[in-house]
Amino acid sequence: MDTIILYVVAGILLALSALKDRKKTLQALKKAWKAFEGILPQFLVVLILVAVVLAVLDTATISRFLGSGSGAWGVIVAALIGAITLIPGFVAFPAAAALLQNGAGATQIAAFVSSLMMVGVVTLPMEMKYFGKRAALLRNGLAFVFSFVAALFVGWVVSL
Amino acid sequence: MKAFIKRYAAFLVAILGFIAFLFILPAYREKSLSMIVFQAKTMLLVIPPIFILLGLLDVWVPREKMIRYMGNGSGLKGGLLAFLLGSFAAGPLYGAFPVAAVLMKKGSSFTNILIFIGAWSTTKLPMLLFEASAIGPRFALARLAIDIPGIVIIAFAIKAALPEKEVQRLYDEASRIE
Repeated sequence: MDTIILYVVAGILLALSALKDRKKTLQALKKAWKAFEGILPQFLVVLILVAVVLAVLDTATISRFLGSGSGAWGVIVAALIGAITLIPGFVAFPAAAALLQNGAGATQIAAFVSSLMMVGVVTLPMEMKYFGKRAALLRNGLAFVFSFVAALFVGWVVSL
Repeated sequence: MKAFIKRYAAFLVAILGFIAFLFILPAYREKSLSMIVFQAKTMLLVIPPIFILLGLLDVWVPREKMIRYMGNGSGLKGGLLAFLLGSFAAGPLYGAFPVAAVLMKKGSSFTNILIFIGAWSTTKLPMLLFEASAIGPRFALARLAIDIPGIVIIAFAIKAALPEKEVQRLYDEASRIE
């Protein structure tokens, strides 16, 4: 759904831009292509990493880990799985909802969702290209730690 | 040619590793191949509009404007703008990095860039609505409530931990984007 919004917004702005200035619009498209071509090598590496990780850790396997994993251990496993996988929200949220209904804890699910969204181990090659090694590792490390804080908080709020 | 090989060296290694993986663990062969197709489709679907938007941003937004609204000294307003920009975005986090590079090139402050990345990663509005309807509004709103201070704290922590020289290097790198 958000992809449609994205296309509509990009389409409208592109049309407005073309109406105002053809040359500048062409320049923008050239820049868009250059930027894409610039990140392509890293992008292809990420593609392969994602395929391998998600082949090994498919939704059924993840469900088994999170469903049975209660307590502190389950939260850690949930955050780790979230950190190394790259699943679009429209797949992850319904799966998370099903897990909750089947008895997984809200804290575990929150840890999974938080680190899934904020931490990206497989996308590190792309992040490092723009942010450098230090900043990228720092951001992912801090976001990983933070996903535990977020998980405890969400788990507490849901239990109220 | 040499530059091309150097740029794609990591990819060639990854491809060889992937082929080895397919042979050593045939059980995952089918799944990983269909996964590569699925992910490539998703990525190719989201990427064009994001890059078009960043191209338009680069061409139409003058540097002086960006510095005024999101540069050093833009204060609370700049942070808020960075947060909203990230939250109204759509698409996976890897789409945010090239956009962030253009924002850097245009003179947005590093803290604001980090707030933008944080917001894009986790408080995207379309995703929030979906999360609320799938998992529950209480879950989604609690996550949003803790994420907002989290994003800001992480942004300031990275900015504080990163040497000024490294930040300067990243800006120099970004300014070389054509």
